[in-house]
Amino acid sequence: MVLIFNLMVQGVQMMLVVALAPLLVGVTRKVRARLLRRKGAPLIQPYRDLLRLMRKEVVLAENASWLFRTIPYLVFAATWVAAALVPTFATGLHFSWTADLIAIVALLGSARFFLALAGMDVGTSFGGIGSSREMMIASLAEPAMMLTVFSLALIAGSTQLSTVSAFMASPVVGLRVSLGMALVALVIVALAENARIPVDNPNTHLELTMVHEAMVLEYSGRHLAMIELAGALNLLLYVSLIGCIFVPWGIANRATGENAADYLLAIVLYLAKLGAAGALLAVFEVSIAKMRVFRVPDFLGIALMLALLGTLLLFVTRSL
Amino acid sequence: MGQAMSAVDFAALVAGALLVLGPVAVMAQRWSRISNFVYAAASGLCWILALLGLVVLFGFGAGPELVLPMGLPWLGAHLHVDMLSAFFLLILGLGGGVISIFAIGYGRHEHAPLRVLPFYPPFLGAMALVVLAADAFTFLLCWEVMSLLSWALMLADHCQEATQKAGYVYLTMAGFGTMSLLLAFGLLAGPDGAYGFAAIRTATRSPVMAAVILGLMLLGAGSKAGLVPLHVWLPLAHPAAPSHVSALMSGVMTKIAVYGFIRVTFDLLQALPVWLALAVMVIGGVTAVMGVLLALMQHDLKRLLAYHTVENIGIIFIGLGLAMAFRADGSAAAAALALTAALFHIFNHMAFKSLLFMAAGAVLNATGLRDMEKMGGLIHRMPVTSVVFLVGCVAISALPPFNGFVSEWLTFQAILVSPELSDLGARFTAPAVGGMLALAAALAAACFVKVYGVVFLSRPRSEAAAKAVEVDRFSLTAMAMLATVCLLAGILPGMVLDVLAPVVDSLLGARLPVQANQAWFTTVPITDARSSYNGLLVFLFIVFSASSAAWAVHRYASRQLRRAPAWDCGYPDPSPLTQYSAGGFAQPLRRVLGTNLLAARETVVMPPPGDMSPARLTVHYVDPAWERIYAPIAGMVDAMTTRMNRLQFLTIRRYLTLVFLSLILLLLGLMLWF
Repeated sequence: MVLIFNLMVQGVQMMLVVALAPLLVGVTRKVRARLLRRKGAPLIQPYRDLLRLMRKEVVLAENASWLFRTIPYLVFAATWVAAALVPTFATGLHFSWTADLIAIVALLGSARFFLALAGMDVGTSFGGIGSSREMMIASLAEPAMMLTVFSLALIAGSTQLSTVSAFMASPVVGLRVSLGMALVALVIVALAENARIPVDNPNTHLELTMVHEAMVLEYSGRHLAMIELAGALNLLLYVSLIGCIFVPWGIANRATGENAADYLLAIVLYLAKLGAAGALLAVFEVSIAKMRVFRVPDFLGIALMLALLGTLLLFVTRSL
Repeated sequence: MGQAMSAVDFAALVAGALLVLGPVAVMAQRWSRISNFVYAAASGLCWILALLGLVVLFGFGAGPELVLPMGLPWLGAHLHVDMLSAFFLLILGLGGGVISIFAIGYGRHEHAPLRVLPFYPPFLGAMALVVLAADAFTFLLCWEVMSLLSWALMLADHCQEATQKAGYVYLTMAGFGTMSLLLAFGLLAGPDGAYGFAAIRTATRSPVMAAVILGLMLLGAGSKAGLVPLHVWLPLAHPAAPSHVSALMSGVMTKIAVYGFIRVTFDLLQALPVWLALAVMVIGGVTAVMGVLLALMQHDLKRLLAYHTVENIGIIFIGLGLAMAFRADGSAAAAALALTAALFHIFNHMAFKSLLFMAAGAVLNATGLRDMEKMGGLIHRMPVTSVVFLVGCVAISALPPFNGFVSEWLTFQAILVSPELSDLGARFTAPAVGGMLALAAALAAACFVKVYGVVFLSRPRSEAAAKAVEVDRFSLTAMAMLATVCLLAGILPGMVLDVLAPVVDSLLGARLPVQANQAWFTTVPITDARSSYNGLLVFLFIVFSASSAAWAVHRYASRQLRRAPAWDCGYPDPSPLTQYSAGGFAQPLRRVLGTNLLAARETVVMPPPGDMSPARLTVHYVDPAWERIYAPIAGMVDAMTTRMNRLQFLTIRRYLTLVFLSLILLLLGLMLWF
């Protein structure tokens, strides 16, 4: 019985992330449009886009290899597995021990690795520029992410995300300097990894500073749909990650019992968190300009330094 | 000979047989199939070594020390197989066995087989004997034989100037390394000349002496393994050598060098101050970052791989340094975790680096090219090689679910235990080194996107690449074997960790929890509340969700597909030259990180108006080790020799005076000494 319940929670979580990911994108776009005094597309527009793309035929470049056709599914799968392992509305998921935070970061790394390969496959200059810059940004963002993981792991004494989240919700944590630094670093990394302003612009691919959109330029039809969905999942994953670590209240866990009402409340709270995060992201994006590509390393350098400082503080004393 | 033979007797016999196989190749050189025979025999003997290693690791028949009446008359040659030797026999046997299978196919294209065949099996034999040696004399002798044989193998293609230069640099570095080792073992043996490992182990030393020995070991073993700044021979030697030899040198020989370091640090020396451990950790971190950064700058495929060997040696030394720090602090369990991570990475690096070097050899055979800027599109021409190379790329980039990730994950876990260290310096160093490790891993991923994207994907950049054909069956089998090892060790890491446990236990008296007891083959380094990773489930989940997504999309949405010219935003260019090149791909990272660390500069030469010549962009960077260390030393040696040259043109009176003066000096020295 317990096993079935656990599997159900895990299953709901897996389906929930896929189902909600396009909605988060929709919310962000809507708020952004309203802030710019535009009406904006309806919230469900991303779903419509995905469906339309899925139904369309794929136009494949003549020299595209089998890898190019496999990668959209691989990228989607890796991102999905990673997203399913981050606690959204409940901790202590049945398979949460499959991968800890470091492994989740590495799984996203795998997805990015293959996507960058796809950019190189057809042999166009746009694909190359995208891949090259994406890997540049990633190789600066990943150390910052890893150091942030270090400081979280040092505070919670674990890299297991469920344990970290449960620990953060406990009253012993309180306000800490190192946590603040980790939050800023994590937000910067999240902006970079999701190709958001000021690092990259998700709305255009005809700009000289383009990164992510240039990389996937040759994709069309269902392949593009998978990649867009993986991108939305990636955004949702980072929002859930920041949520479950820094705003861990209301996440259901097994210790408080297994009644369905708790879980429903947790889901509602999670939706509220998603909405708030999407709106905040939109506000942030309209209030800042996009950076030149060679300013990005400085921006990510801030994240790296903050994360390192936070970790060093913790290595000196656990109470900061 | 009444009693049954033990593992050490067997191993010594196999090593002897490998040594004898060399002269056999010379004697039977007229036999048309000699190349096949030698490689097949070497492969078989290596498999026996691997089997022996595995048997001993499972706790059977290690046998007592074997003393052969060779070497120093009052000492003899001591050989033994303990857990550490057994593990490295496994590494050597597995690596050598697979690479020799590759060599059967590769050897057919060799234009001068007799420059390789007589040296190849003895090289394997000498490496086995280094691992088996149980006294300083045998160890050093076999080490030097190993160095010289690898030098001879490397010079197989000796007519090229680059090869000659590489040979010179390698010989110099090897000589320097052996000299350091000689001094280290001299100090270990002490004034009484107790050369046996058993005697060395029991001797007591002052911390200063231990520090000096460790420093000398870092120089000696580090120069063979490729620690920065002693790495300069690798990027010269690996491209020059035939591909199976570079696979063996990079995948296996550097591990034998690490074996020497582990043997002295963890077995022969007991107490080491913690600051030495920090030094090893920092050297490892710097090696990892500089190695991968220099690799990013390369466009010669084999040279790039050589720099990645430097990077991975750095990662191994980070683990070793951490283990030393924990041991100095008295926390055996944490030390066991760090050492396990290092040993696992040694195993992994053997697997994926040998695989990548063999695949580079396959590409070289198929296209005749080492320069990546002329390759491209090989995924269409070499279907199997492209798959195994991809496995190698993902594994070396430390991405799940392959093996490279697991060992780096374990290293990270070890770093996360380091706040428990009592030394404040260690607590500051550990996270910084962790950051370096993360940077190195991320840069490695960038570098291998470049490699795979430029070599196997994109459009062919030359005629040779467009006409490539897949290589022979032997080569493909060998590469597929190691690719399987990479995957299996990645999804079932617990099994490898259980095999490693007795090695770590014998050195530190502690081990990881038994992984076979964990549900679903999960890897749990400390406790499952703290961290766990399940490669098998990650792999299955990815396979399942990818295939179900693909199935659902094809079933319910659309399965239509149309081939058309590349879109490229409406401006497709027919010339393959407009694609991103290896140099172009690395440009952003060169600009961000290389400007300071490698003094990378770009100069653009624009022709004056009216001049029809093309504009030129030249990229210049330096390996700081050459610039800062070797160039000054070479300059000093040059200046000194020029000055000393005058001694050649003296009169007989002056020579006599010189002889007389030196005699007096020596006598004075003697008088002051006693």
